[in-house]
Amino acid sequence: MTGSLRAQSDPAHALLSAADVGRTLDRIAHQVIEHTAHTGFDLVLLGIPTRGVPLARRLADRIDRFADVRVPTGSLDVTLFRDDLRMRGVRPLGDTVEPEGGVTGRTVVLVDDVLFSGRTVRAALDALTELGRPRAVQLAVLVDRGHRELPIRADYVGKNLPTSLTQTVRVLLDEIDGTDGVYVTGDRA
Amino acid sequence: MTRSLLSAADLDRDEATALLDAAVRMHAVQSREVKKLPPLRGRTIVNLFFEDSTRTRSSFEIAGKWLSADVINVSAKGSSVSKGESLRDTALTVAAMGVDLLVVRHGSSGAVQRVASWVACPVVNAGDGTHEHPTQALLDAYTLRGRLGELADRHVAIVGDIAHSRVARSNVLLLQTLGARVTLVAPPTLLPAGVGGWPCETDWDLDATLSGKAHGDVDAVMMLRVQRERMTGGYFPTEREYAAGYGLSPQRLDLLDEDVPVLHPGPMNRGLEISSAAADGPRSVVLEQVQAGVAVRMAVLYRMLAGAAEGAA
Repeated sequence: MTGSLRAQSDPAHALLSAADVGRTLDRIAHQVIEHTAHTGFDLVLLGIPTRGVPLARRLADRIDRFADVRVPTGSLDVTLFRDDLRMRGVRPLGDTVEPEGGVTGRTVVLVDDVLFSGRTVRAALDALTELGRPRAVQLAVLVDRGHRELPIRADYVGKNLPTSLTQTVRVLLDEIDGTDGVYVTGDRA
Repeated sequence: MTRSLLSAADLDRDEATALLDAAVRMHAVQSREVKKLPPLRGRTIVNLFFEDSTRTRSSFEIAGKWLSADVINVSAKGSSVSKGESLRDTALTVAAMGVDLLVVRHGSSGAVQRVASWVACPVVNAGDGTHEHPTQALLDAYTLRGRLGELADRHVAIVGDIAHSRVARSNVLLLQTLGARVTLVAPPTLLPAGVGGWPCETDWDLDATLSGKAHGDVDAVMMLRVQRERMTGGYFPTEREYAAGYGLSPQRLDLLDEDVPVLHPGPMNRGLEISSAAADGPRSVVLEQVQAGVAVRMAVLYRMLAGAAEGAA
């Protein structure tokens, strides 16, 4: 880690601390239960790589703990469906893992770390049609930083974080980064 | 990614690894009900084949189509080539139609490099004479990686008609890039001139190599086709003698551990370089190679065409 990155990751400057991330996921899990209990929990959690995947698994663990239902999880790589593929160098691909039992006829909750322009979610909706036809699709994000470029909104939001376009939102997760936290770097315009 | 893929040496270790990783993801698509992905929508790929091919051409075609590119096949038979048009004129004519990528196979070594120097679009070498066949080396490496894991410090024996094999040359280059060790085994007449400068060992004794006595334990064996169509002189006395000395017979198969994969780029001459026991046995990964061919070529096309053109980003 570089010196500046360590400073950015200083827990004192975290917009969400590790404990906050835990509490936020608790709340989202309760909300998902509340909104999907009537379907008999016929739902799957699909994480968008990279950090949406561990988030989806954590939500599934919590739903198991709170409601005693085991919800299948999977991952959905959206790279090949992006509308900006040709605007920069070639991107590496992530994993797509279909959840047990597939997605057709069920409620799919897409899970990602940050909701920004909405273009990733649009790509995810396209990628999802390749896997099947869900009964309904919902979106859960840990952070909504605004600046939408498409008519897309999240059903479950961990934290609304008003940012300027020059700022960068970093979500760190234990499974990938060794620690939990949400940080904003760069100047407010 | 390099602009054109003409030689396995165009790939450094990072790029080769990125390609093989992308191929893993592309491979998953083959088992889906809907085998169609959008990243090359609106792109046009021309397969320009001056030499016969079934598996290479069809797998490039399938790879392009599954990525939503438009793929057009032009073969020498039934084209202006049979009316006497030069290679340069044919290539420029096809490229002038707004093609985004050319996949070229030609019977003469170096012909694909010449084509790449004439046209503005990227070119993939699908085999040029006895020179190179980089996507075959990639699919072989992909198949090996699926069986052996990482290839660093692995030992691969490549056996047979090395002199006429573009597959062997590309494989030696790519395997060495990936950190593997290669031993070429062939009668002296079927080793190419200048093989001393290749980054590999050579041997004439197949039994000593397979048993591990000569160069250490073998982790994989790649049998090459005896290319009768390229043989003009007397490279070996009789086919029976070749099969006795260099064919992968059931007895030789027993020299190998149970889990040593046997590769063959196809088409196979059964009974000559490979016995049916080896071709159809549990060690054979020949059909895995064919499957890998589509995934690897999807990865190549994706990495060459899906991103921004170099310099534009």
